[in-house]
Amino acid sequence: MTVTNDTVLDVTDLRILLNSGSPIVDGVDLNLARGEILGIVGESGSGKTTTALALLGYAQLGAHIAGGKVFVAGQDVLALDKKSLREIRGKSVSYVPQDADQALNPSLRIAQSLTDVLRRRPRDRPADLISLLAAVDLPSTQEFGRRLPHQLSGGQQQRVTIAVGLACGPPVIVMDEPTTGLDVITQRSVLAEIARLRDDEGVSLVYVSHDLAVVSEIADRIAVMYAGRIVEQGPTSTLLARPRHPYTRGLLQSIPDHRRRVRLVPMPGTALGLEDRPEGCPFAPRCSQKTDECAVGLPLLESVGEQHEVRCIHWRDTEPPLARATIGPRSTHTDAMVTLRGLRATHRGRGGTVVAAEDISFDLHRGECLALVGESGSGKTTIARSIVGLHQPDDGTILLRGKQLPPRIRNRSLAERRGIQYVFQNPFQSLNPQRRIGEDLARPGQVLRGLSHTDAKSEVGGLLEQVRLPQRVAERYPAQLSGGERQRVAIARALAAHPDLLVCDEVTSALDVSVQAAILEVLAELRDDLGVAMLFITHDLGVVSVVADRIIVLERGRICETGPTDQLLSAPQDPYTRRLVDAAPTLSHPSADEALS
Amino acid sequence: MNRTRTRRWIRVSGSGKAGLVIVVVVVAIAVIGPLAAPHNPDVVAGLPYAQPSAAHWLGLDFLGRDVLSRVLHGGLTVVFYAGVATAAAYGVGLLVGLFAGYRRTWLEAVLMRFTDVILAFPALVLLLLLATAFGPGITGIVVATAIIQLPPIIRIVRSATLEQSVRGYVEAAVARGEGTLVVLRREILPNIARPLSADVGLRFSWSVLLIASVNFLGLGLQAPASDWGLMVSENRGGIASNPSVMLVPAAMLGALTLGINLLGDALAGGKQ
Repeated sequence: MTVTNDTVLDVTDLRILLNSGSPIVDGVDLNLARGEILGIVGESGSGKTTTALALLGYAQLGAHIAGGKVFVAGQDVLALDKKSLREIRGKSVSYVPQDADQALNPSLRIAQSLTDVLRRRPRDRPADLISLLAAVDLPSTQEFGRRLPHQLSGGQQQRVTIAVGLACGPPVIVMDEPTTGLDVITQRSVLAEIARLRDDEGVSLVYVSHDLAVVSEIADRIAVMYAGRIVEQGPTSTLLARPRHPYTRGLLQSIPDHRRRVRLVPMPGTALGLEDRPEGCPFAPRCSQKTDECAVGLPLLESVGEQHEVRCIHWRDTEPPLARATIGPRSTHTDAMVTLRGLRATHRGRGGTVVAAEDISFDLHRGECLALVGESGSGKTTIARSIVGLHQPDDGTILLRGKQLPPRIRNRSLAERRGIQYVFQNPFQSLNPQRRIGEDLARPGQVLRGLSHTDAKSEVGGLLEQVRLPQRVAERYPAQLSGGERQRVAIARALAAHPDLLVCDEVTSALDVSVQAAILEVLAELRDDLGVAMLFITHDLGVVSVVADRIIVLERGRICETGPTDQLLSAPQDPYTRRLVDAAPTLSHPSADEALS
Repeated sequence: MNRTRTRRWIRVSGSGKAGLVIVVVVVAIAVIGPLAAPHNPDVVAGLPYAQPSAAHWLGLDFLGRDVLSRVLHGGLTVVFYAGVATAAAYGVGLLVGLFAGYRRTWLEAVLMRFTDVILAFPALVLLLLLATAFGPGITGIVVATAIIQLPPIIRIVRSATLEQSVRGYVEAAVARGEGTLVVLRREILPNIARPLSADVGLRFSWSVLLIASVNFLGLGLQAPASDWGLMVSENRGGIASNPSVMLVPAAMLGALTLGINLLGDALAGGKQ
């Protein structure tokens, strides 16, 4: 790529090491033109945040920048002493962190946070505060400036951090997952804001995220990172339509998209840990087109088109993304497995009673997957916990196979407890760290189906098979497994009870997309093979489009729309559902669609 | 057999290993000491506060008894009574803390306010109060020490349990319909054992110091018993003539506390 006068950021051969000597980021080259948005995409451990921080000459505790050059507006950031570094941070390059809630000092008023930065501009005075608030579409009044961070919504907080980044008008702004943790409608408005800043104010941005769909919506160019290196880099439309690296291709095929209901093609394996990056191509262990040569040396970044570079020796053989099978409506049974009538659930706290769910009624049929969709605080988890018996509802009835369930778990019979199984959101907390996987998987059989310890143990192998885990996992402890493997174990543990209903609460939200695709595939298989009913709770419409037969959309504890997946996603009726569907990030850009069809 | 667990122990930091060595040495002196003592600790062997000599390596105390023998005899009471007090306090505290943290009922509120009340008193004042109430003798002191240790133990066990009880594996067990005892024993206890074992050490060193200070004040063990705490108290007049008579037992108490704290910190700081 050519460095022109318009280049505001130029990174060459950036190398960041852990103090133990293992590289986190190695040989990264990046550049950014004025008025451009560069997206950096990668899964956990790919080194994307480390790279982002290095653009400000900063390395996290335990790591250091070992080599390379970072030119921001013609100045080598890495050659500066501490004082000059402090001088350019905010003025030449600024950083917008993830999680605005924690990034803003809770005891400083918004105006204070902003003027602290504004003061560093010699010419502009605090009067500029108002225009700065206006620049990020916040209420531009002194009154708003007097608010404390907790008096703002999540989206407003994030806008304030963006305003802090803009305050000194730096040529480069680095944003690290600025919309992760926001609900989709807020995310949409923040993304629109960022795009507007580029178009109207000519801001140049590096946008770091794990979410390729989000990045594809605003970035002009995308760099895909894997195991500390850029494996592919190119203009967004080219990269989406004709990825040349098998990893990029794999990512595209594992991202669920609510606008195109197609089957996912999961990649095998998980992203690499820092210490076990192999010689040769780091992606080779997961790659379907690897040859012996791939293990020999690290592939070079080759130029394959205009502004398009790939780090794969077999890039010519990379097929275009598969035209994948569309998911259509499935025939399901019509006998109700679970029925809810007029469920009402509340949370009692110090601030009074909060109604989490109100007047919830639905039937869930045998072999059917019903998705409860809503933003955080919409009551979806409370409903699930009421069904499982972990939360006592205030009103309403829950029936399992037509028989009313007692609200409290301890009053439910063995058969009732066996019939409903729950898979938890966070796989890192759902397995007892002190027990071997085999023990954990045997327990439900013993307790709920009255098996002897030996019989229950003998079923473990079959359970692991069902969730596609190798047999040796039985001897491991949870800490020895990756997040995706743990979630499979948690699913297997639920299956050990031979349930009628499987309640899956945000089971993939803590996982990387390539791992998520594999988990969703396992769940779809189980639904088809075992005929269990599934209640799938998620905020992600893409995930819903892959697994669900029917969708219930919740808004503030009430059902606002319900319908078959195809119909609800393509023609939402309720205004809230429509906003949700419109706001959800998608990869289906017109240009990409052309190339795919 | 259990490789991960062994490896965790080996990974204990340098200061943790030092702590372990110190504790083992001091406890060994306390236990084996009485057998190795060169003289009878209760027999007068010469002039009070005699300087160390070939026959009496650490000299003689305020009555002219052999200091080395008294130091070797004096550890057992410290370790034993502090051990009993700690074990009693932890036995009760663990049970109450686990239930209070897991079954959050009205009983929890009552228990916690009660512990707040005990915590509001300065420990030593309360100890003296209880010791007076129980009458003279070491039994009262041990019981009083255990009672004083109880509130912080209940608090720490309760908060550790509280943190565990919202974890997925605990809720999964609850959803299976496992009984309270099974949940506590299988799911919660193994996962709080590590931070608690660190706390046991701290409580033990507190017990040592509390009992020693009461002995120093003359309320617990009575003369002529040999006890490190008592020795510091009895011999404080002679520190100029024979410093070792006071410094050695004081150093033993100090070493025991230090060792336990180092070990406890290493355990608590380790990764779960």
